[in-house]
Amino acid sequence: MSTTTAVRPSAATGRSILQAMARNPLLGPVAALVVSVIIFSLVSDTFLNPQNLSLILQQSVVIGILAVGQTLIILTSGIDLSIGAVTVLGTIVMAQTAGTNGAVAALLTTFAVCTLLGALNGGLVTVLRLPPFIVTLGTFTAIQAAARLLAGSQTYQVPEGPLTFLGFFLNVGPFSTSLGVVAMLLLYAVAWYVLSQTAGGRHVYAVGGSLPAAVLSGIRSGRTVFSVYLMTGLIAAFAAWAALGRIPNADPNALQTANLDSITAVVIGGTSLFGGRGGVGGTLIGTLIVGVLRNGLTQAGVDSLYQNIATGILVIVAVTVDQFARRRAS
Amino acid sequence: MRSIRKTSLRPAALAGSLLFVLAACSITAPSEEASGGGETGAGGDDTVTIGLITKTDSNPFFVTMREEAQTAADEAGAELIALAGAFDGDNEGQVAAIENLVSQGVDGIMITPNSSSGILAAIEQARSAGVLVVALDTATDPEDAVDATFATDNFAAGVAQGTWVRAALGDEEPQLIMLDGTPGGTVDTFRHDGFLEGFGIEEGDPAIVGAEDTNGDQTRAQTAMENLLQRAPDTNAVYTINEPAAAGGYAAIQARGLEDQITIGSVDGSCTGVADVAAGVIGATVMQFPARMVQQGTEAIVQFVEDGTRPSGFVDTGSVLITDQPVDGVDSENTAWGAENCWG
Repeated sequence: MSTTTAVRPSAATGRSILQAMARNPLLGPVAALVVSVIIFSLVSDTFLNPQNLSLILQQSVVIGILAVGQTLIILTSGIDLSIGAVTVLGTIVMAQTAGTNGAVAALLTTFAVCTLLGALNGGLVTVLRLPPFIVTLGTFTAIQAAARLLAGSQTYQVPEGPLTFLGFFLNVGPFSTSLGVVAMLLLYAVAWYVLSQTAGGRHVYAVGGSLPAAVLSGIRSGRTVFSVYLMTGLIAAFAAWAALGRIPNADPNALQTANLDSITAVVIGGTSLFGGRGGVGGTLIGTLIVGVLRNGLTQAGVDSLYQNIATGILVIVAVTVDQFARRRAS
Repeated sequence: MRSIRKTSLRPAALAGSLLFVLAACSITAPSEEASGGGETGAGGDDTVTIGLITKTDSNPFFVTMREEAQTAADEAGAELIALAGAFDGDNEGQVAAIENLVSQGVDGIMITPNSSSGILAAIEQARSAGVLVVALDTATDPEDAVDATFATDNFAAGVAQGTWVRAALGDEEPQLIMLDGTPGGTVDTFRHDGFLEGFGIEEGDPAIVGAEDTNGDQTRAQTAMENLLQRAPDTNAVYTINEPAAAGGYAAIQARGLEDQITIGSVDGSCTGVADVAAGVIGATVMQFPARMVQQGTEAIVQFVEDGTRPSGFVDTGSVLITDQPVDGVDSENTAWGAENCWG
């Protein structure tokens, strides 16, 4: 089980590669992304087509946005299993409210409802001091059922307009992509700025890295953790908006794997499941790796189940590197 | 704090440059986005390429479709790319599959839509890129969102099922339990409504003593039936959305020793289901023909590539009631015929 057995084939170089990856957490994910892009562009003529690259980005938008929230929470050594259910509920609230009160009211209501649900998760975690895994497992189940109840077992079609705004196309010369992609990249930029350049962002790392140390240094850990869950609820509303842009149809049975997909993107991106180390840059790379694998293996005519095998292996590799880095650090 | 103040100009600079970039761009709604630069037809060679997108890749019905599509494609000298959603209701996965197939330059796509309306935008994009799109098994809403639909008339299948179950009850006062499929599913709704029509009652009739969604899953159907029988032990008729649900329901019925009292009707026509009819587990099932759906879909796409002919409308691929206890008023075949013609 030790990391040295994991790299036995050429122990010396293997170890130094692992050490380099431990020093720079972005190195591994970036290398994986570059290698998969090179491989797929060799085996498929259509992969490097600008239109196909744009598709990969469009297909990554919803999970990519959710993964920002998931990163924040995992950095505090928490986890959010409810994120996909909150998004689905968000799409239904949005579609229903738009039908009676118009698009602006629909957006405001959705952002309010999803943020409140985030606050509910945060409150249960910080005030009652319950484990995030259990809290969000419970809210996931309840919110999923609430979404189906609210939808009355129906799907709601959304007309083209403000609610599908993030599905509109942005044309820059020959390259055309959806506004959802732009919104996702902006969200990553903002999250990167907040996490790496502000005091609040450092508090998130501090709380996740070592809670006792954070408390001793005067950080109000409860407030930090609570605000992270609240922000994630807000981000889930954003994802709901993007989801309607991509598929203008609020379906209570949709996005069933979004919770786990967002966690996968975060872990492949090198953020430690134990908290305190990583960041949204890695998560963006992780999201893109999953998107490139899905698209590339399809283009190459490989059975879709291999996508899941490849993704699963990447998760385990990422956790192995993280474990190695932790041992070196301690 | 100093470093924060120092960097606080960054977002402003970022936003400024973004505005500059945005000024050089144009924004279009998806409906205005014409063919989106995708080349029409197969890229380069003249082999016909056909994409098949099923709801999931684990259900025997879709496995059969996939195998039969491969056979049909091989016979026509076409290339088949088979993709699937990850779970029932995975619109996102099906949209991605459509996009990836168009990006690969396929000539035609056959799809069993997870949601009859959720993936229309992607289908429209595919069609405007010159790809022929046909729906299999499940119609889209509106139906003309695709070029043509090759499917079972599920309402008619439900009517046959309901008529048979009602006739099998004879003079008994009906007490009906309904093991439904997925809430809101098109196929599920048609079968459910057709059954009630054939059974001769309307939604909300007191003869319906219980109903539960099973997602067509055997385990969920068994649990649902166990619970419903607690409430309605005098049940004598059961509607099931498909044969796995019928098998689950029967397990619960058998556990309470009620198998002689209760008649089950089902739909699908898998070889397992037909064997269950022969064994007396299910009274009658309505057979569908997934092989016909993919064969006709494949032929339509090959034809389209050859001379540009577009198929249109709803093409009923037929259904046949299978039972060893024929009743007046419903045409049926016996289980020996069923065993020869079943799928899976």
